[in-house]
Amino acid sequence: MSLRTLKAVLLKIGFWLLVAVLMVYAIFPFYYAVVTSLKPSSELFEVSYWVDSVDLSNYAAVLSQPTFVAAIRNSVIVALSVVAIALLLGLTAAWALGRVRFRGRTTVMMLVLGVSMFPQVAVLSGLFEVIRTLDLYNSPGGLILSYTIFTLPFTVWILTTFMRQLPDELEEAAIVDGASPWVTLTKVFMPLLWPAMATTGLLAFIAAWNEFLFALTFTLTDSQRTVPVAIALISGGSQYELPWGPIMAASVIVTVPLVVLVVIFQRRIVSGLTAGAVKG
Amino acid sequence: MASLTLEKINKRFGATRVIEEVSLDIKDGEFVVFVGPSGCGKSTLLRLIAGLESITHGDLMIDGQRVNDLTPPERGIGMVFQSYALYPHMSVYDNIAFGLKLAKSEKQTVDERVRRTAKILQLDGLLDRLPKALSGGQRQRVAIGRAMAREPKILLFDEPLSNLDAALRVQTRNEIAHLHERLGSTMIYVTHDQVEAMTLADRIVVLNDGYVEQTGSPRELYEQPASRFVAGFIGSPKMNFLDVDARAEGDAGCRIQVPGIGERVLPRRLAGDSDDAPLTLGVRPEHLTPTTAAGEAGFRIVNVEYLGSEAYLYLETSNSDTLVCRSEAPSPFARGERVTLDFAPQRAHLFDHDGRALPPADVEQMSTQATIS
Repeated sequence: MSLRTLKAVLLKIGFWLLVAVLMVYAIFPFYYAVVTSLKPSSELFEVSYWVDSVDLSNYAAVLSQPTFVAAIRNSVIVALSVVAIALLLGLTAAWALGRVRFRGRTTVMMLVLGVSMFPQVAVLSGLFEVIRTLDLYNSPGGLILSYTIFTLPFTVWILTTFMRQLPDELEEAAIVDGASPWVTLTKVFMPLLWPAMATTGLLAFIAAWNEFLFALTFTLTDSQRTVPVAIALISGGSQYELPWGPIMAASVIVTVPLVVLVVIFQRRIVSGLTAGAVKG
Repeated sequence: MASLTLEKINKRFGATRVIEEVSLDIKDGEFVVFVGPSGCGKSTLLRLIAGLESITHGDLMIDGQRVNDLTPPERGIGMVFQSYALYPHMSVYDNIAFGLKLAKSEKQTVDERVRRTAKILQLDGLLDRLPKALSGGQRQRVAIGRAMAREPKILLFDEPLSNLDAALRVQTRNEIAHLHERLGSTMIYVTHDQVEAMTLADRIVVLNDGYVEQTGSPRELYEQPASRFVAGFIGSPKMNFLDVDARAEGDAGCRIQVPGIGERVLPRRLAGDSDDAPLTLGVRPEHLTPTTAAGEAGFRIVNVEYLGSEAYLYLETSNSDTLVCRSEAPSPFARGERVTLDFAPQRAHLFDHDGRALPPADVEQMSTQATIS
């Protein structure tokens, strides 16, 4: 009996140890960034895992740079536009792919999936030409266009999957009530697709917010940069100094919106990610 | 309020024929039930009338106007779906008001209509609830309310009771019958349950494999089934079928030899060429009278079903078919006993090898020919 109790206790300890390892593995880098950002530059290279005194000078330094504030504004504009466009196009495409029977529907779905498999670098030069032709170089429009290309495939796929699960009779009831397809989509289906839209919208937002390669390539001036590029280009007093403090402070500042968004939509995301798994 | 005419309606899905040459006249205010086994096309026919499926061939007329190419609201129909299909995120009020709002009715008219509909269906106190907070019967009533609110010319029901439990089904069935009396609108109702069909319908349309087998009042279908299919489908328990040999017997009809029962003369007219053809005798369980048999005569009782008001005896025939006959309850017979059967010849039916019913013997020769061909 006591042996069994001992085994249960040991198993429990082992379980929580594993959880602890996982937590440290996932959170430590971010934690260390926070700790570093709160240190004055004189203490930067002393290794410590705890904040003794809170020093906000790094944050003040970053936020007093007009280019960084502009970068945040650009990022917000770009990310929100990408989410809005991706959801609008994704929802309408999902309607067609999920509810309308037409020849070649599977082919279209496969093409959409195929597009998302190209690495960014592969399309970089081609996309550059497109953006130059459309006169969108060095403007948020160019980034919005290129991010939408990469967020649309998964938006369409996830929303199509959800759209297919909605019962046919619901759509038919709306038809009998005299609803046009657009009214059915916006008044009947959209409220039911909220979890899916929150999930895909958030994923699109994160993708657009964190993107680096396109942002670096398609912008030229400081005033048009987005946050990831702006952080990478923060420079110190001389070329031999890398200003870790301000860089970490900037990283923390741009991560906070994502964390807040995830916390707000957490319940919706969970129900969105699992809703396909079990009927009900 | 409207009359509805179907003229040689056909429906194909690719090469599959689902509805074949269905013609039907439905009068203003009539309650018509489409009934048949699953896959017979009854739901498809209803969806063709609703405008949810396109008609391949034929004309659909409402009040004499061809409506093939009109949308459901333009046709003036309301529909109650099998799964109710209520909008889950809308309150009862909004569910009922949705169609009215889309029809651009005045706000006051919408409110008036919704409240009147809710009153008729006793949903007054539930208007603010979401569908998930309602019981099955209440959801059913909201679905009916949504279909009624626009005051459609024709109300369609697609197996509306199949999701309810037995007790609620009987109650809702009564409510629907009452509603039809009160509204007086034309209603078309689809079900696979012949009891629902019998109890609700002014007229029943029996469908089989995309064809109309027979159209008639419940009593006509019960007393004069046009085919073996209809005879077997209407009535519960099912009609008994026995293979018999028949001989014409002049004006009296024909003489048949029933194994285990004996010779009877039935007032049914044999067609000229079917003198020796195999026929099927059909007798309903309630028209068979059992009497205790002496010795090894008659049939052995394999089971007795006691239902309170009556009992059913399940009898084994010589070729191991089962016959069912009704007896009073409590039944004077027990399992393992033997009974002989008798039936009134005018209550029995004869079917030829195609399953068509033979006409009564006193019908004129000419019309007999017409019916058979």
